[in-house]
Amino acid sequence: MSVARFRTVLYVIVAIVSLAGLADAIYLTVQGLTGETLACGGSPDCFRVLGSQYARIGRIPVAAIGTVAYFSVFTFATFALFGYARARLFLALTITAMFLATLWFLYVQAFLLHAFCRYCLFSAAVTFLLAGLVIALPPREA
Amino acid sequence: MKRYLPFIIVAIIAIAAVSAGAILYRAKLPHLLSIPQDKVISGSPNTEKMHIRGEPNAPVTVEEFGDFECPPCSSMAPYLDARVSEFKPRVRLVFRNFPLPSHKHGREAALVAEAAGLQGKFWEMHDVLYREQATWSKADNPHELFDAYAGTIGLNVAEFNKDMESEKVKERVDSDHARGVSLGVTSTPTVFINNRELPSDKRNPEGLHATIDEAVKTASQTKGEQK
Repeated sequence: MSVARFRTVLYVIVAIVSLAGLADAIYLTVQGLTGETLACGGSPDCFRVLGSQYARIGRIPVAAIGTVAYFSVFTFATFALFGYARARLFLALTITAMFLATLWFLYVQAFLLHAFCRYCLFSAAVTFLLAGLVIALPPREA
Repeated sequence: MKRYLPFIIVAIIAIAAVSAGAILYRAKLPHLLSIPQDKVISGSPNTEKMHIRGEPNAPVTVEEFGDFECPPCSSMAPYLDARVSEFKPRVRLVFRNFPLPSHKHGREAALVAEAAGLQGKFWEMHDVLYREQATWSKADNPHELFDAYAGTIGLNVAEFNKDMESEKVKERVDSDHARGVSLGVTSTPTVFINNRELPSDKRNPEGLHATIDEAVKTASQTKGEQK
C-alpha cells in the first residue's frame, strides 16, 4: 500500500471513529440537558459521575463540548482527506486537547469521584484510538 | 464537484447530528406527573399509614418517592429536610418507599426503615440509611450494618429483626411502591409538591426553595380567599 493510500485510509478511519464518539457525546449531552442523569438507568456510578460538579461548566454539560470536539475531528479529518493542508494541523491540535481533557476526566473519575461512567469510558477509548491513529499518520511529503 | 464534496459531507453529518440530538431530546424530555384528585393525600392524614416529617396538617405536602440505595435520593435528603425546617409549620414531607429493582439492597433497606418505623424511629433510620449509603450499599451482606444502625438509634434489635421479616412491614413497602406505580413513577427521586411533580432541573436547594415558596404562597392565598 502506498503512503498516500495509507494516509487516506487512516483519515477515513479517523472520521468514522469520530462519529462513534459524536454519537456518545450527543447522548450524554441530551442526558445532561433533560436532567436524566439524576435517574441514570439505575447505575449509581453513572450518577456519581454525570451528576457531579465536574460534569458541567456553569449550566453547560461538558458532553456538549465533547460533541463540538468530535464534530470538529470529523470535519478536519474529512477536509484532510480531500487534501486541505491546514486541516491536518487542526486535527492534531483538536485531538491533543481532547487527549488531555480525557486524562483529566479519568483522573476525576478514579481519584476524586471513585466511580466510572461507562459512557465516559467509551469516550475515553475513542479519544485514545483517535490519538493513536493521528500518531500513526505518515508525515506529508515535502 | 470534488471541491465541494467535503463541505457537503460535513453539512450532512451536522444536519444528522442536530436532528438526532433534537429527536432524542424530545423523546427524553420528562413529562411531569401530577397526582389525580382521588389519590391526593387528605389534609388530616392518618399518620399511622404515612411517614410525615414536619407539621402533619401543613398546607403544603412534599411527597417523595425514594430508594435508600439511590445516590441522588441521598444527595437530596438533607436539603429536603432543610426546606421542611425552613418553612415550618407550613410544609410537611411524606416519604414513600420506591426501591428500584436495579439496586441490590434497595428493598432490604426499605424493610429496615419500615421495621424501625414500627418502633417509632422511621426518620432516624431514614437519615442513617442515607448518610451511610456509601457503606452498606457496597457491602455483600449489609445485614450486620443494619443491625448496628438499629442499635445506634436505640431500637430493640431482636424485635427489629423480627419485624423486618413481618408481613406488616412488607405490605407497607409494597403499598408505597404500588402508589408510586399508580401515579406513573418510574425513577427515584420523584418528588411531588402539592400533587405536582417537581421538574428535574428544580431538584436542587434553590429550585426546591422557589417551588415550595410558591406553593406556600398559593396555599396562603387560597386560605385567605376561603375566609
